[in-house]
Amino acid sequence: MSNGTLEIKAISGHAGPVPGRDASRDYGICKVIDVTTCIGCKACEVACLEWNGYPFRETVFDNTYQTMPDLAWNYYNLIRFNEHVAEDGTLSWLMRKDGCMHCADPGCLRACPADGAIVQYANGIVDFNQDHCIGCQYCVTGCPFNIPKFNSETKKVHKCTLCSDRVGAGLEPACIKACPTGCLHFGSKEDMTDLAQNRAKQLREHTSHKNAGVYDPAGVGGTHVIYVLHDIEHPELYGGLPKNPRVPLLVRLWKGPLKWLGNLAITAGILAAAGHYIRFGPKRLDEHQDEDRDEAKKGEPK
Amino acid sequence: MSAISSPEKIPAGFIQRYTFTERVCHWVSSLTYVYCLFTGLAFYSPHLYWIAFVLGGGPTSRFWHPIVGLLFLAGAVWMHDLWRREMDVTETDKRWLRRVEDYASNQDELLPLQERFNAGQKIFYWLMFYGALVLLLSGIFIWFPEYISFQIAWLRTLMIVIHEIAALATIGGFIVHVYMGIFFVPGSMTAMTVGYVSRTWARMHHRLWYIRVTGGDLDREK
Repeated sequence: MSNGTLEIKAISGHAGPVPGRDASRDYGICKVIDVTTCIGCKACEVACLEWNGYPFRETVFDNTYQTMPDLAWNYYNLIRFNEHVAEDGTLSWLMRKDGCMHCADPGCLRACPADGAIVQYANGIVDFNQDHCIGCQYCVTGCPFNIPKFNSETKKVHKCTLCSDRVGAGLEPACIKACPTGCLHFGSKEDMTDLAQNRAKQLREHTSHKNAGVYDPAGVGGTHVIYVLHDIEHPELYGGLPKNPRVPLLVRLWKGPLKWLGNLAITAGILAAAGHYIRFGPKRLDEHQDEDRDEAKKGEPK
Repeated sequence: MSAISSPEKIPAGFIQRYTFTERVCHWVSSLTYVYCLFTGLAFYSPHLYWIAFVLGGGPTSRFWHPIVGLLFLAGAVWMHDLWRREMDVTETDKRWLRRVEDYASNQDELLPLQERFNAGQKIFYWLMFYGALVLLLSGIFIWFPEYISFQIAWLRTLMIVIHEIAALATIGGFIVHVYMGIFFVPGSMTAMTVGYVSRTWARMHHRLWYIRVTGGDLDREK
């Protein structure tokens, strides 16, 4: 982020123009996850825990390789394993690094009611600010990827930060640093899209993965974490990656038209009451009415 | 305690409209409602989020909103126990409602005579009672969303939408109620604070009730 403001504008004692001054710069960052070269070593999980200072979690055994069942508030990064038997009987072992996708149109941010609890940086990182989080978990409702996780003790929601603290200092995210196979890459969105597309093309042309493609779903405006998949037609095989993720229609209705109709109705109601008062005034009592109804007094209740 | 439970002293020329119990019930319900209204509005609109700061901060408001909401529901159920028998909408009420424009334009003499509660009050009562129920039922889903699995996450959003629509409906009623209580019907605020109204007030707004409690004669009163 800071690289934008620290772009050099003028140089003292320098002959000629500032180098690269009028160059267009791509500040949008991106992580590529090439699932075809992931070996499921979980080094990225460990690096994530280490960088974020969380302890390692207890593992569970359910007769699969999935010893961590799910993401958690203190577990941002999870390899999902899926043994998939194709129609012709061949077995493929699909592994996918799951975590926040850093959507360009983040449903979590749309749904959040707390001022400043979720921010989207100009480089594309969507970050939760727990200081401002009120623990309502509306973000969970807005997310099509089921990413934000609630800490029931602190009543705060957490998720992958794409190491905004590292990226802001010019470093790559911790998971990238730890990956031993090079299945993870980090760079500008443009460069990473090229890299991912080339890899997918390579897979289509030189391997049997004729459906290989890049997962960068348009329904959420594209994401700043993109996948290279063997089979782009069936993302759901990779531990439930949604085929066409969108910010839920109900969330968009609720945060859009419903909000404006409601605001309008409340304002109109208050104005109508004020207008009514100005036009008709209060219901005055005719105090003289009582003078000739002495007989009413006979039934005094108390 | 005996001083509290002993019969209330009503000044001469006034009639008791609401008992101490009824007033306490009303104010418990209204204070809890107003708290939920304000914290709810803070979550509802970014322009009103400052209310959450005034009321102790966002997390505090999020923590207390559902709990105070339960108290509001308790108030509503208590009120139901006190008033439900007097809240049935009758044929007279329907005739009154057809002339509600006359009521709004202060031509009260054109209206059918009313019992202790008029049709407008009854409608407001049922709006708030059913509103409270819907708000509670939808609110539980929003209170503990972590127990709803991702596969049915739409249910949670649906409940938020229902919660908001129900809240907006009660807000509509609430605006009318507060406007009438404070501005449009002088005397009704005293009725709900100290519990009594003048004879003229009772006779003008709730003639049938007035006749009933004063033992008057309907034919003469007309």
